[in-house]
Amino acid sequence: MPKLKVNGRNHDVAVPDDTPLLYVLRNDLKLNGPKFGCGLSQCGSCTVIVDGQAVRSCVTPVGSVSGQEITTLEGLGTLDKPSKLQQAFIDEQAAQCGYCMNGMIMSAQALLNKSPKPTEAQVRSALDGNLCRCGVHNRVVRAVLRASREA
Amino acid sequence: MNMMNTTRRALLQGGSLTLAFALTPPALAQKAAKQEGAALPGDLKLHPKISSWLRIEEGGKVRLLFGKVEIGQGILTAAAQLAADELDIDIQRLVIVSGDTRVVPDEGVTAGSQSVQYGGIAVQIAAAELRAYLIARAAEKLGLEAAKLKVVDGTISGGGKSVSYWDLVAGQKIDIEATGTVPVKAVKDRRYIGKKVGRLDIPAKATGALIFIQDLRPDGMLHGRVLRPPTYGAKLVSMDRDVAAMPGVRRVVRDGSFVGVIAEREEQAIAAIDALRRTTTWDMPKDVPTSETIYDWLKAQPAKLITIKDVANPAPDKAKKVVEAEYRRPYHMHATIGPSTAIATFSGDGSVLIQTHTQSPFETAAAIAQMLNLPKEKVQCEHWQGAGCYGHNAMDDAAADAALLARYVTGRPVRLQWSRNDEHKWEPYGSAMVVRMKAAVDEKGDILDWDHTIWSTSHGTRPGGKAGNLLPAQSLEKAHPLPTPVNGGAPNYAADRNGIPAYEFAGTHVRTHFVEKLAARASSTRGLGAYGNVFAIESFIDDLARAAKADPVEYRLRYLKDPRAREVLQKTAEMFGWAKWKPAPGKGRGIAYARYKNLATYTAIAMEVEVEKSSGVIRVKRVCSANDSGEIVSHDGVANQIEGGIIQSLSWTLKEGVRFDEKGVRSEDWTSYPILTFSEVPPIDIKLIDRPGMPFLGAGEASQGPTGAALANAVMDATGVRFRDVPFLPSRIKAGFTA
Repeated sequence: MPKLKVNGRNHDVAVPDDTPLLYVLRNDLKLNGPKFGCGLSQCGSCTVIVDGQAVRSCVTPVGSVSGQEITTLEGLGTLDKPSKLQQAFIDEQAAQCGYCMNGMIMSAQALLNKSPKPTEAQVRSALDGNLCRCGVHNRVVRAVLRASREA
Repeated sequence: MNMMNTTRRALLQGGSLTLAFALTPPALAQKAAKQEGAALPGDLKLHPKISSWLRIEEGGKVRLLFGKVEIGQGILTAAAQLAADELDIDIQRLVIVSGDTRVVPDEGVTAGSQSVQYGGIAVQIAAAELRAYLIARAAEKLGLEAAKLKVVDGTISGGGKSVSYWDLVAGQKIDIEATGTVPVKAVKDRRYIGKKVGRLDIPAKATGALIFIQDLRPDGMLHGRVLRPPTYGAKLVSMDRDVAAMPGVRRVVRDGSFVGVIAEREEQAIAAIDALRRTTTWDMPKDVPTSETIYDWLKAQPAKLITIKDVANPAPDKAKKVVEAEYRRPYHMHATIGPSTAIATFSGDGSVLIQTHTQSPFETAAAIAQMLNLPKEKVQCEHWQGAGCYGHNAMDDAAADAALLARYVTGRPVRLQWSRNDEHKWEPYGSAMVVRMKAAVDEKGDILDWDHTIWSTSHGTRPGGKAGNLLPAQSLEKAHPLPTPVNGGAPNYAADRNGIPAYEFAGTHVRTHFVEKLAARASSTRGLGAYGNVFAIESFIDDLARAAKADPVEYRLRYLKDPRAREVLQKTAEMFGWAKWKPAPGKGRGIAYARYKNLATYTAIAMEVEVEKSSGVIRVKRVCSANDSGEIVSHDGVANQIEGGIIQSLSWTLKEGVRFDEKGVRSEDWTSYPILTFSEVPPIDIKLIDRPGMPFLGAGEASQGPTGAALANAVMDATGVRFRDVPFLPSRIKAGFTA
């Protein structure tokens, strides 16, 4: 039985090891942040941070991350107390529908953890695997650079 | 407040949310103020009872009932701002219910950039009338003249006395109808309308609070999944139901060629469908059109000929030359990032509630009722937000799927989310089109006669209350066939949207061969025919300018008479630095213009590209765009829509085209149907020309058309080759050089 450490809390989940992490986070732990987008590691909507790395939870077997530190969007901040990066997305109005925003924020957070002062090119490169259909790419880049500036 | 345990209905009750931006046109409000007698504006005409829209409730709340729905465009925020301002209440007092067929007024479909014009204005006037009624009641109670009373956050006061809305009428049904005679607030007295504030829904979305339908988890919820056929019209011959023994599987359902599974867990439902798929055999249709043959197919089909403009050139003798060219656009996907989702729950009395992100809750409920052979009132829809849709995607089909499965497990909610493959392969696309342009020019190259001919399938197969428009209904044993599609007429048009040129010529002819049959499944996709028509018009006029050895901006201005159109074109050229731009090898510039639907936002686009001859790769270096959407209420909201449209249209034009053949759709994921990514998105400079006092003009779809054409013109400028087939894949560009 996989032992999960998510947003600082421990969970035992009674599912087979090969269950995709995404479904465990969403359906067992009832977390809304990571979203189902493709199930193929192609769009980034399901991104979470595992031991500092941005990981696509839709193709990550839950057994492979047993005991590792998993952070979801909920682990960064809350509606009442958003994190700096979440606040930067709000301030830049970096959304239309907002469905991809989880992946954008989590991929950007992983980048900022490693490179607190990224260049615009580094931000674009780090987010290149995250798809957005509404076309808010440039706003997202501005939000990440704002968070980096204000950190 | 714990958002995890609340519904979106409570969202506006929370004290922690700051309110956002409005898409509210003050000009409309001014217009409404002039209304006299029973001439009610917008959807208030359909629902004149004030209680259809607003209720004063216990606990200092006001309930706003709204028939339009949030699709990421900010409409709920706009409606809240209108209601709060006109009622003189703090916006936090509002409890909004939208798109719930059990309680809200039926406002049809949320589409076509018209929600504020019809729904918003109704809320605004209803609120103003309710306020006037409450003041009259207070005057009576306080024994004062109504004109001497003031309202602050729902408390009416004067002469040292006061009474609140809630003291007066909380919980009472107010049975009054709108009169159309109450003026709305003066612009200077507004607290919310037109003020710069952040959008209501973004904080919840940035932090994982419950706001999307995908995140609803009602107690006892099961997971459904449907097995889609391999291709359009395939009939199920056989399948093996052994999957019923797989872990978690509660039910395997077959009804004709409709096959579904209900399981305890999401991944169990997915695994069962995958296993089931391997046991099926299908009767496949033969001699079907493919993405390779589609343009010939379109022109070969029997079609309805629809002429929307036919003005003869009075002096045909002056024509010295006739120029002709043909343009093609493929099927484009809406390609939502979040696959379509619905939750359906049957009650013991045989009624069903469907939680859905449909744009048309009433019409979808009616279509599902017909599919299930239930009385209309037994099927209700409750709207929740989904991912961006950009038109009619699989949202309604998912709702129908969920209902078809849930009826086998009365009392248990069945959640169903489409797979990525199903969403890519089965959503109704934006139709492929062929556009043939013909012009007669004089000896100087000036245009005398203009001829625009379209071949297209339908751009509108929304549910409209008919089961046959729902994908699963077409597969049932007792199948509901697709109703014969029709082309939308004036003033919005559909396949022929923006077919009438903005330019004034001596002769103009615009006609459509409307093909009623479908090749690939098709319906409303952002801009409808405007994308293909503007692509053709603006590419063609660019070539005519070139042939006349004229500057493309100056040449367009010869025929563009509307001063607002001229201004956005000239402003865009100025932003781009058109006059001082220096050519360089491999570099090109292009410009294009259109006024969306010939009645909404004016948009011009200019861009610079670099084309690498060795690979055929196009790099868009920068884009400039000036726009006129009438009076600007939310600068940020309009700019966001215009920029998003530019990026989506660049993606369509550079990369996208649905591939399909006799085995089915081959564009089945983001690898086989790639879209633009961060590293490919250029810097975009947007300017909005404000027109205080003028009507607000819809902006959500305005930039799709001119963007594709500006790109084509820039590539022509860079390469000397005219590309008339979308998409501009590197292979096609490379081949164009060597041809």
